[in-house]
Amino acid sequence: MAEPSVVDYLHAPSKHRGPLSWILSTDHKRIGILYLVTMSFFFSVAVFLGFLLRLELLTPGKTIVDPQIYNELFTLHGMIMIFLFIIPGLPAVFGNFMLPILIGAKDVSFPRLNLLSWWLFLSGGILAVVSLFLPGGPVDTGWTFYIPYSVRTNTTVIPAMTAAFILGFSSILTGINFITTIHRMRAPGMSWFRMPLFVWSLYATGWIQILATPILGITLLLVIIERLFGVGIFDPSLGGDPVLYQHLFWIYSHPAVYIMILPGMGVVSEIIPVFARRTIFGYKFIAFSSIAIAFFGSLVWAHHMFTVGMSDTGQFIFSLLTFLVSIPSAIKIFNWVATMYKGSIALEVPLLYVLAFIVQFSIGGFTGMMLGALSINIHVQDTAFVVGHFHYVMFGGAGFAAIAAIHYWFPKMFGKMYNKRQAIIGWALLTFGFQVLYFPMFVMGYKGMPRRYYDYLPQFQIYHQISTVGSWIVVLGLLIVLHNLITALRKGERAEMNPWGGVTLEWTVPSPPPVENFVTVPTVTTGAYDYSRYEKKA
Amino acid sequence: MNASHRDEMAHAPVGYGRLVLLWLGLLGLTGLTVGFAGIELGSLVVVTSLLIASTKAVLVLNVFMHLRFEDRVFRFFVAAALAVLVIFFALTFMDYGFHG
Repeated sequence: MAEPSVVDYLHAPSKHRGPLSWILSTDHKRIGILYLVTMSFFFSVAVFLGFLLRLELLTPGKTIVDPQIYNELFTLHGMIMIFLFIIPGLPAVFGNFMLPILIGAKDVSFPRLNLLSWWLFLSGGILAVVSLFLPGGPVDTGWTFYIPYSVRTNTTVIPAMTAAFILGFSSILTGINFITTIHRMRAPGMSWFRMPLFVWSLYATGWIQILATPILGITLLLVIIERLFGVGIFDPSLGGDPVLYQHLFWIYSHPAVYIMILPGMGVVSEIIPVFARRTIFGYKFIAFSSIAIAFFGSLVWAHHMFTVGMSDTGQFIFSLLTFLVSIPSAIKIFNWVATMYKGSIALEVPLLYVLAFIVQFSIGGFTGMMLGALSINIHVQDTAFVVGHFHYVMFGGAGFAAIAAIHYWFPKMFGKMYNKRQAIIGWALLTFGFQVLYFPMFVMGYKGMPRRYYDYLPQFQIYHQISTVGSWIVVLGLLIVLHNLITALRKGERAEMNPWGGVTLEWTVPSPPPVENFVTVPTVTTGAYDYSRYEKKA
Repeated sequence: MNASHRDEMAHAPVGYGRLVLLWLGLLGLTGLTVGFAGIELGSLVVVTSLLIASTKAVLVLNVFMHLRFEDRVFRFFVAAALAVLVIFFALTFMDYGFHG
């Protein structure tokens, strides 16, 4: 048998030249990088839109844009962030790049399907961008496309929904690929309970992607049919039920929150043992809590709908299920903290982001429990409180986990090391700016500031001003992070094979990894986080 | 069609005649769904449509997707996925029924 190539994947020979050798590559690592580049572009656009939104809210009335543009801004900000960045984010970039290496495989089960997923993702993204310039103007329904407005507005609802539909397909294919890979391609000795926890989180995420995404796809298709042919499905004036739309939309879109956060939790579980030099505490509990979150998280969707006129029984059941989902989330938090307890902690950049994650995700989680309680929910429904809550979970949680992941795996992915001092400055600005930007939303929301409103009463101005200043600090922090990583790519120091002292399989291969990942297929003999040699010394 | 594919087709667990029959059956069930849509069945409309759709899904899964002939592990995962789907339906219609 021929010896596998040891050329790294960045310099691998290809039958295509230049960009074609990337966009037609079936190498899981190159596909991961393709996602990283595409998503970084969409993320930058969405951040810019969010920046404009906050600027508009600096003063009551018009500051920079008219109300219609404002509606379009928040719709696009939400749509791009949700469908083009944070849902595919961690699985598509780091799942693709790391999953096969973490389980000792050469690639995913279906490499061509993997490339198709990226092409679908790109097509959906391009369609979403093209829709901005079509007659009718950018969609202005909010990212939720709520009925009946979405069947009546003259903006480009159908192209935007079609884009979301295509992106859903991309997500389903990725889920199928990951689940199959995890079942079929683990290295010898890599039993289920020796798998790294990031892999467990991708496994749980894959099931949500497969089970929940088709429901959104079909629902959006039904809205398109309703718009085109006037069939009464959701529009009450045609005999439809708008609440049914909300059910179907949230059956996908709430579990989608877990598609976003579960891989983030997986990243946290990877980083903490490495920088605490401790075997992870409660491995099985963390692994099973991912499955429990995926399961219970799929059954809580109607807590988004407590004020639409649901039955009392429905409200009670969904409130109860919402509280249940907090249990596996808390299990993870306690285990992470217990892992760090008495560890030899090295406060490197990835761990700093993880610490910020734990605090911010906990605040997001606690405010989520407040929202899950019927009495409080009715008081703060559709206020800035909700916006603060989900940004603490999505950005403070999944977003920070993504930035932690890039700082953790960057030396492995590109074979270069970034400037750590600059990275810490970026982290400090980002974390501080984050609190300034989003915490005032809890206060103003609780006091009655509605979400998505263009104008507001003067008593809310101070909170909006603080929040807008926070957005400037966050943007500055993001620019520093971006500048640091791009500079590292161009002229960063060469990274060692194992700069952090990790024990999972990716740290046993060169940086950047060879085309086929491993020269010889590894045989796994211990658990994923065996730090006993450090613990004995301690 | 490559050799292994031909070989696979030659050992297909269900003959073509039966597959065509099942296909016709599926078309018939689709016709039934359309037919029932024209009858005033009240609250039974959803139940009837779901029953027909489930029958079709079971046929497709078992025969066309070869689930009947697969390992137990595949059947387990499909059953688990279907169980989740049933819960989705149950929870949604618990509230949908309330809207009348």
